Amino acid sequence: MAIFDKFQQLAATRRAMAESGIQSINVVMDRVVSATEAVVNGRSLILAGTNNYLGLTFHPECIEAACDATRTLGTGTTGSRVANGSYSTHVQLETELADYFRRRSVIVFSTGYVANLGMLSTLAGAGDVFVIDADCHASIYDGCRLSGAEIIRFRHNDPGDLEKRLRRLGARIENTLIVVEGIYSMLGDRAPLGDIVAVKRRYPGAFLVVDEAHSLGVLGSHGRGMAEEAGVEADVDFIIGTFSKSLGAIGGYCASDHPDLDLIRYANRPYVFTASSSPAIIASTRRALGILSAHPELRQRLWDNARRLYARLQELGYRLGPEPSPIIAVRFAQREQAYALWTALIERGVYVNLVVPPATPDGSSLLRCSASAGHTPDQIATIGNAFADLKRLFGAASA
Amino acid sequence: MPTYEDILAIVTELIKPLAAAGRSIREDTDLVSDLEFDSLKVMNLIEQVEDRFDVSVPLNILPDIRTVRDFTVQLQAILGDN
Ligand SMILES: Cc1ncc(COP(=O)(O)O)c(C=O)c1O
Repeated sequence: MAIFDKFQQLAATRRAMAESGIQSINVVMDRVVSATEAVVNGRSLILAGTNNYLGLTFHPECIEAACDATRTLGTGTTGSRVANGSYSTHVQLETELADYFRRRSVIVFSTGYVANLGMLSTLAGAGDVFVIDADCHASIYDGCRLSGAEIIRFRHNDPGDLEKRLRRLGARIENTLIVVEGIYSMLGDRAPLGDIVAVKRRYPGAFLVVDEAHSLGVLGSHGRGMAEEAGVEADVDFIIGTFSKSLGAIGGYCASDHPDLDLIRYANRPYVFTASSSPAIIASTRRALGILSAHPELRQRLWDNARRLYARLQELGYRLGPEPSPIIAVRFAQREQAYALWTALIERGVYVNLVVPPATPDGSSLLRCSASAGHTPDQIATIGNAFADLKRLFGAASA
Repeated sequence: MPTYEDILAIVTELIKPLAAAGRSIREDTDLVSDLEFDSLKVMNLIEQVEDRFDVSVPLNILPDIRTVRDFTVQLQAILGDN
């Protein structure tokens, strides 16, 4: 097989999408007006698929902090922290995150993807075992693969199946890492973390890693995520997350009480061999973390919007993810239905994420909406009205 | 410890309902090119095999599996390790 032959299936999918007029992977935003609005091809769109949960991307204090840091520290670090040294602001952000999570230490990475790649590939190696939820994000799969450890999946959100797999490991349990997410990125469902922790406690020696990418700032009375919400933070050995969602920037982190977390930094190739985050990113993230902690009402507004949109779409008869969540996935058996509705939503001024297999958990296609604290009640109503309009137009075909 | 033949019989039985009707399933049948299994079907098959033999099949073996025979051989090795 020639090098490029393996991409032929991808080419066929893209052709089929192009024939349906779908440009979802090529959408170019001419202008971004606010956390919830952009202009595409001259048309103003409500952004309803962004992961911008707290709507902080245009917060004046975050923008000011980023501009100020650029003026005083420059546009980039031009290298890895191990080679070029850390800026004091990198270290301050790590300290602030550690305080926020009430953990001994934190490592900051260039993205959330890199955080998973770096932590998972470094924590485990040949002879170790990952037991991961089947619906985990690609960055978790890739990190596990890069580690050289054995990778075992358990059925999504099924603590009983997890337990079976831990039991089968016998004495290898001491070399085992369990990996789950707080809120799953495609269907918006939460991990039953209390039950997962109960299983973990029956198998002493196993470590638990929770990716809180979609739950930071979203769950827990301080916004620390699913572990806080479930009251099990002490049982989570490593928290991994991203700055690219509720914090409105780009970057990733791992927080832990493990005394050797700092050692891992130096063995961590995706940390050592890539440039560190620019001063602007670090500055806006620090400000956003401060805002996230000081303003729980943002979380309240996010959930009000999420619940309202979920209820509206449910009332309209759409097939949704299993529970109300800031990620609201509208599910379709046929990808052509999702293509048609995605295009029709754009025509009605609403932008959502189009997700097709194999990126979806069960082979269905999704129009993945995400609510934001930045959405106004009017915007939430407009998104709901657009879906209502399509229900009338497409009828049964939209289920 | 089940023999190669025992495992082959069970694997074949579990593959049948996942394959299109009328496809014959032999040891050299290729799961992807002959049976057109996508990743969802492969994972579904693995979960059923795991339940049946009370064993976990690591994802790491997937690159070594093309045919029914490959899968049976790998399963026999995993069962032998337990
Ligand atoms: C669960 C999960 N982990 C990690 C990531 C990667 O985050 P980032 O965008 O910062 O690379 C994502 C984002 O897509 C995610 O959904």
